[in-house]
Parts: sequence; C-alpha cells; structure tokens
Amino acid sequence: MFSTRNFNRSKPVLFILILFPSLLWAYQFVTGNLGVNPIEKLMDELGLMALRLIIITLMITTLSNIKPLKSIVVLRRMIGLFAFYYVCLHFSTYIVLDHFLDMQFIIQDIIKRPFITFGFISFLFLIPLASTSTKNMIKRLGFKLWKKIHYLIYPVAILASMHFYVLVRADKTEPVIYMGIIILLLLHRIFKRLTRPQLAQ
Amino acid sequence: MKILGSEITPYKTYLNRRKFIKGSLASAMLATVTSSAFANHDSDLSIYTKNLNENDKLNSYEEITTYNNFYEFGTHKKHPHLNSGNFKPRPWTIKIDGLVKKPQTFDLEKILSNVTIEDRVYRLRCVEAWSMVIPWQGFQLSELIKMVEPLSSAKYVQFVTVFRPEEMPGQQKRTIIWPYREGLRMDEAMNPLTILATGLYGHEMPNQNGAPIRLVVPWKYGFKSIKSIVEIRFLDTQPETSWETLAPWEYGFYANVNPNVNHPRWSQGTERRIGEFKRRETLMFNGYEKEVAHLYKDLDLTKFY
Repeated sequence: MFSTRNFNRSKPVLFILILFPSLLWAYQFVTGNLGVNPIEKLMDELGLMALRLIIITLMITTLSNIKPLKSIVVLRRMIGLFAFYYVCLHFSTYIVLDHFLDMQFIIQDIIKRPFITFGFISFLFLIPLASTSTKNMIKRLGFKLWKKIHYLIYPVAILASMHFYVLVRADKTEPVIYMGIIILLLLHRIFKRLTRPQLAQ
Repeated sequence: MKILGSEITPYKTYLNRRKFIKGSLASAMLATVTSSAFANHDSDLSIYTKNLNENDKLNSYEEITTYNNFYEFGTHKKHPHLNSGNFKPRPWTIKIDGLVKKPQTFDLEKILSNVTIEDRVYRLRCVEAWSMVIPWQGFQLSELIKMVEPLSSAKYVQFVTVFRPEEMPGQQKRTIIWPYREGLRMDEAMNPLTILATGLYGHEMPNQNGAPIRLVVPWKYGFKSIKSIVEIRFLDTQPETSWETLAPWEYGFYANVNPNVNHPRWSQGTERRIGEFKRRETLMFNGYEKEVAHLYKDLDLTKFY
C-alpha cells in the first residue's frame, strides 16, 4: 500500500527527472550537439515527450483504480503541467526557430496542413486545463465544472496522437502504439461508467 | 572562367574527368581527362567550391553521410549511417532489360570502364523541406542508355533497388513495398543533368548514400534519386514508383521541386538548408529551371506533381 505521503515524497525526484530532458536538449542545441538538423530534432523530441506525458496522465487515472495505487493521483497535476510545458516548448520551437515568427506562413500552415491543425487544436485545448490546475481554481469553479473542463484531456490526447501519426511517413508503429494505449484507456473509462450505476442499484 | 581539373589539382591519383554543373549547363561543359573512378580528393575543397553558386555552400561529408533517408536501413535519418555496416556493395551487377536492343547484365566494373566519371556539385532538395549541396562523382545516365540502345517504343525507364533483407535491416519490416522502385520519362533520363553517381567527396559511394551506384536527378525531390540500383528496365508505359504507390495523394510520378505546389504535410515554398539557421526560399526545379523547364512546357504541374 502506497500512501499519499509516499507519492508526495517522490515529487521532487520526479520533477527533476521530467525537467531534465528539456535542459539537456537546450544545452545540446546551444552547443551544436543535436545532430545535423538540430531544429527538427529539438521539435521532435519536445513533441514526443509531451505526448508521452499526456498519455501518462491518462494512465495515472486508470492506475488509481487499483486499491494500493489509489493515491498515485497526487502526481497527475504535476505531470499534466509538465506535458503543457513541453507542448509550449514544442510550439515555440516551431514558431520561433523553425519559422522565425513568419506569422503569415504559420497561419497558412495551421489551416492548410491537417497534421499541424491537429497539433494546434490539441495545444489550444490544453490551455484551459493548465490554467485551471490550482486547488483554488477547483474551489472557484466547483468540482463538477472543473471535472467537465478536464475531460478536454481526451480530445487533447487523441489529437496529439493523430498529429504524430500523420507526420510519420512510412513506419507508423510508434504512433499506432500510442493511439492503441489511448483507446484502451478510454475504453476502460467507458466500461467503468457503464458498470457503475448497476452497482449502485 | 572555368579551370581544367588537372590544372588546379596536382594529385597523381586525381585522374577523373571533371565537369561542374553550376546554374547553367553550358558553363559546366569544360572537362579534363579521365580514368580512375574513385580518386580521393576531399582534402582540396576548392575543386568543388569554386564551381558553386554564390548562394550555396558545400555541406560537409559528415552531414551528407549521417542524415539520410534510406528506409532499407531504417526510417530514422541516422539509421542508414548506423545500420549499413554489413552491406556489401561489391561485386555488383546491374540487369538491363525491357525495350532495348541489347538487354544484358553488366558488371559494375565493366560499366565504369566505359564511362567518364565527372564531378557534379548539385543541390539536393528533400520532399520533407530540407536540402543539402553535395559534390557527387558519377556519369551521365545517357551514356549507359546509349550503350544498350533502347527501342523507339521505350518511353520510360524504371529503376529497382537491391533487395537484401539480411544486409538491409529496414527491409525486414514492410514499411514500404520492397524492392524500392523509381522511374523517369525517357527525356528526363537522357537529360545531361541526370547522373548515376558512384561517389561523393571523392570517396566511393558510402553504403548509407546508396552504394555502389545511385541515381541523382537534381531538379526532383530526393526520393526520385533511387539508391543501390540492380535493375534498369525500359518500358512503353509509366512505371509504378514506390512512394506514389504508397500514398498517391502525396507523391506523384514527376516529383519536380516546385515551390508553388504544396505537399499536404510540408509547405514546399521554403526549405531548411542543412547547416543553416533560417529557412530559404525553394527555387523552381531546385534552381535548374533553365536546364529542364522545357521538358514540362506542355504539362500541368499542379496535376502532374
């Protein structure tokens, strides 16, 4: 049985572990050690990290259904905020480094290229999640409304995995695995919903 | 303005006939004597650089050989460099068949003893919107075509990459339908810009770049320049090509570099030159408009992309 305190204690370590890759990539980028096409590499790594963290937040909710892991939920907010952090870095790499703030081009890109559209909407949906993440916000909004807003994580996850799927040219194994995990996690939630009222009766 | 290769290169080993392609083909027709295909002369870059366009800079050997799309060795850019060590490019034969008077299987050495190896410094523009400048060594595809005497009914040329899953780990997975196939229209194949390359930077062609012999068609997206060729067929109908078969809504048979016709996933208006920070404008036909635009004057390039 892991207590809330166990999980809370692991937070500082987790914080550093999840933050570390971004610092490493920034350092490698500045020192010219990110390979032959560093901007592309940086963007890919940041985006992949964000997608993985989004999936982990979904997993945490599922894992918290297992009794001994019930308290794992206390890690969810931090990891979710880190997902937002990596998405922001990913998006600003695209805007600033890749396209040098050429807004006309970027707007065209977002409208015309489906994979960028998916990624952009996913980013937009994450904003209300991140900005309502504090305890104070839960209080102000009320738990019910807050929870409704946070259902946005489902379209976020699906769009983000589609963003990745469409980007890959031939070997779609990795994006398909991510999509599969997301679908399984969603199915589990639906299954839980369907079975709960029966138990109540 | 152009200097003969032998005058600027004191190397005894350096016996290649040299021809440089700059913006215009006419200015590139100066050449010297020939023989060895694989003289190593990357220590003197002036051989290549003095024939560059003023806006271009050579990419380094490292850049050219560690960042490749060659799915036979894996789908990541670094995979070809990491996974191509077991590939054996010699001995090598190329089977030539279809609508030709003299169908035959050539030893690569035999082909090389009958052609003139030249230097060609070309821009390479990938469909993924990145580009490089590469000093190739090779010979005009037209030289080989003349050797086998195609029939007048031959309108297209198809190329096939070697299939060796035991040496090419990427082929053990069906990411695309193996073997890789590409094609050109006859007039494109005969164009003087089109070469079969056997080396780069004066080295034998590295495995990850398509050893021992590959196509280079500089005004088309990189995927047209098929690597490690084992078969060339002459046909009267347009052949199927690998990427077009896989995703016809994304890749066409022609695949000419064209900033005005966008790919659904990449805007083709700009590109990142490897080694540069800011994107640059993509040029029509990758800057070889003067040499090849006439091939397409009757073609709707938005339809036949």
